[in-house]
Amino acid sequence: MADFDQELDASGLNCPLPILRAKKTLNGMESGKVLHIIATDPGSVKDFEAFANQTGNELMESKEVGGKFEFLIKKA
Amino acid sequence: MSDEKKLAIIATKGSLDWAYPPFILASTAAALGYETEIFFTFYGLQLLKKDLDLEVTPLGNPGMPMPMGMDKWFPVVGLALPGMQGMMTSMMKKKMASKGVADLAELRELCQEAEVKLIACQMTVDLFEMNTSEFIDGIEYAGAARFFEFAGTSDICLYI
Repeated sequence: MADFDQELDASGLNCPLPILRAKKTLNGMESGKVLHIIATDPGSVKDFEAFANQTGNELMESKEVGGKFEFLIKKA
Repeated sequence: MSDEKKLAIIATKGSLDWAYPPFILASTAAALGYETEIFFTFYGLQLLKKDLDLEVTPLGNPGMPMPMGMDKWFPVVGLALPGMQGMMTSMMKKKMASKGVADLAELRELCQEAEVKLIACQMTVDLFEMNTSEFIDGIEYAGAARFFEFAGTSDICLYI
């Protein structure tokens, strides 16, 4: 996994909390910085895709690692 | 602001289960950059109380999954037994907590943080003689015309 600047562990949280926490964390980051998110909600895979499409933040990577879902999002 | 998408919601229900959709959708929409307003009317006003003492009822709700096959032991009349609503509410709350579903008050706070506008129907407040000191701060009191001012320019409008 590529480098990241900040990490958010949303494990155990259900919809819509992973998205809300990610948005809040991104709000405090500078443009171009990368956020690494860990989630256990299977719905978060499609949700982070949709989040990126609608907010313009780039979803650089999305993968499953040992039953958890990991995402890299670059702040627009 | 004018190029932002807009979501307008009318929240009419005051039970624990139906309290979720307006707050989930509003907070998510706000995170996606929507300008969002929720107009609370009739039983929906319960969702604005500081003390969110909401319950869920299996009565008149054949779609509600009942734990341990309870719907078999208790036919419809059994669901009206005293204590049933309290029991179902406590089971639902436990289930939600164990599945990482957001606490309602937390979700509502997230909405307010994200500048979702919460509007209480003044007519309902008068009708049920509700005490506005029981409501959270930061809400607006207005009528149907105020709702249409925003809803008329919205991209999505939901009645919940």
